[in-house]
Amino acid sequence: MTALLEVQGLGKRFGGLQAIADLTLSIAEREIVGLIGPNGAGKSTAFDLINGVRAPDRGRVMLRGEDITGMAPYAVVRRGMARTHQIVQPLATMSVLENCIVGACFGRDDLSLRHAEDVAREVAGFLGLTERLGEPAGQLTIAGKKRLELARALCARPSLLLLDEVLAGLNPTEVQRMIGVIREIRDRGVAILMIEHLMQAIMGLSDRIVVLSSGRMLAEGTPAKVAANPAVIEAYLGDASLAAKLHARQ
Amino acid sequence: MIRALRRPTLWLIVAVTLAFVLLPLRGNDVALREGLLLAAVYVILATNLNLMIGYAGYVNFGNVVFFGLGGYTCVWLVNSHAWPLVAAALLAGALVSLVAFLFGLGILKLRGAYFALATIGVNEGVKAFVANFAPWGGSAGIYLSIEAYQPLGGPARGLWIIYFLMVLVMGLSLLASYGIKNAKFGLGLRAIGQNEDAAMVLGVPTRRYKALIYSASAFLPAVAGALFFFKSAFIAPDDAFDLALSTEAIVAVMLGGQGTLVGPAVGAVFYEELRSTLLTAQAFSHFQLVIAGALLLLIVQFVPGGLMGWIYRRWPRMRRILE
Repeated sequence: MTALLEVQGLGKRFGGLQAIADLTLSIAEREIVGLIGPNGAGKSTAFDLINGVRAPDRGRVMLRGEDITGMAPYAVVRRGMARTHQIVQPLATMSVLENCIVGACFGRDDLSLRHAEDVAREVAGFLGLTERLGEPAGQLTIAGKKRLELARALCARPSLLLLDEVLAGLNPTEVQRMIGVIREIRDRGVAILMIEHLMQAIMGLSDRIVVLSSGRMLAEGTPAKVAANPAVIEAYLGDASLAAKLHARQ
Repeated sequence: MIRALRRPTLWLIVAVTLAFVLLPLRGNDVALREGLLLAAVYVILATNLNLMIGYAGYVNFGNVVFFGLGGYTCVWLVNSHAWPLVAAALLAGALVSLVAFLFGLGILKLRGAYFALATIGVNEGVKAFVANFAPWGGSAGIYLSIEAYQPLGGPARGLWIIYFLMVLVMGLSLLASYGIKNAKFGLGLRAIGQNEDAAMVLGVPTRRYKALIYSASAFLPAVAGALFFFKSAFIAPDDAFDLALSTEAIVAVMLGGQGTLVGPAVGAVFYEELRSTLLTAQAFSHFQLVIAGALLLLIVQFVPGGLMGWIYRRWPRMRRILE
């Protein structure tokens, strides 16, 4: 079986900083893969390289066997990969509905305005935004904006969704709700690659975890395996002996 | 299409255009016609500029370059190649659109103030080129002989024909603005205007859309320039590429409400009225430009949505009826 997404040897350098070095990973259909790592590890940059916001210096990105390396983000969306932003990017004076329609009519199916509106309403309903449809997107609460990010991306009807910290800034109730939403999205047949700092959430959600540190892949595996990896603990805690001790205690 | 016929906006556009046709015809009022012709020119410039400023969020400061180039192309075709007016005006529009598309590919990578500066550069560059371009008369410009009016049935009749054509171009500008705003293209443009990076990630083909709208916003102003300078029977670089006219178009857009359909037209007519009143004042020459500058400052500072933006905020129902 060919993987849905295949990333091979991806590299990107900003001046003297090797932001991403030799990143290789693959995602199967309906899989949830967590991408974790300390601040500045290059997680968001990895997303930028995968969905075409930036062109990588080396390496390849394949979606369903098609080489999409360096393709513009709008071309990538058409092929079925959508993403959300860590820092929410609402089209602020446009209504919530219009934001969703943009996502739907420029998404994978290239829908007409009228069909896009149907999809937008349905997806907004799924994310509990129905009551806010007429409001300018800029007036939503932070939780609302996060949900809108997700709604717009879903409106594109992607087969792969890149989620960049959709749980950050939410209160515990909202987090629980969002986790339910993410599971449901996967159950509807969408594969997910997600960046998250909330360890409990991502360990619970992910089928597999990829750990990045200083642009390099540190570990990969099931959540339990990754959590027990001394190198991972060291990357987070910055202390090898403490990491070893913790590991020994487990 | 049938659904569109039920929209009041469409009928409003038709009604305004008809009013422009009928008002001066009653009593053969030539003075009123001349006033309305200028108003139509401002409406055309402002409405097309709004496609860039109001929809796509790109401030085209050198928008007058389309008007001037359209004028030059047409006057030259009529003068040197004896083309009929309408054909010359249409070809002028098409050529200027093409030139705009090519310029657009270059300067639309810039954003914000840099883009605005680049558009001034385009205007000044074209002006300098034309001033040194011998086939177009260099800095002396081109004069049309009275003969040019012969195919239109002499000057008296010809001036009416030009006026009707200008009103037609105005009507088409409003229709185009309406059509674009309510189409997928318009939605994509507004997304670009709000947040270009987000729009791109949402799937809006930003590069293509920006180049297309820059090119489209050049077509009708170029045709208007063709008619305008044919009517003047004279064109020279300083008149054709006058940045003051660019600025006035921006004032009209901001005054009426950028991003709204009817705003720029309302702003244009209002500004033209103000301008013609101030022009006849003896104390100052070009006093209207002082007022225009002050107006622009006040609008940007206190009513960034302009007149229609303000009205729509107070009465949101109006937006659904008029846009």
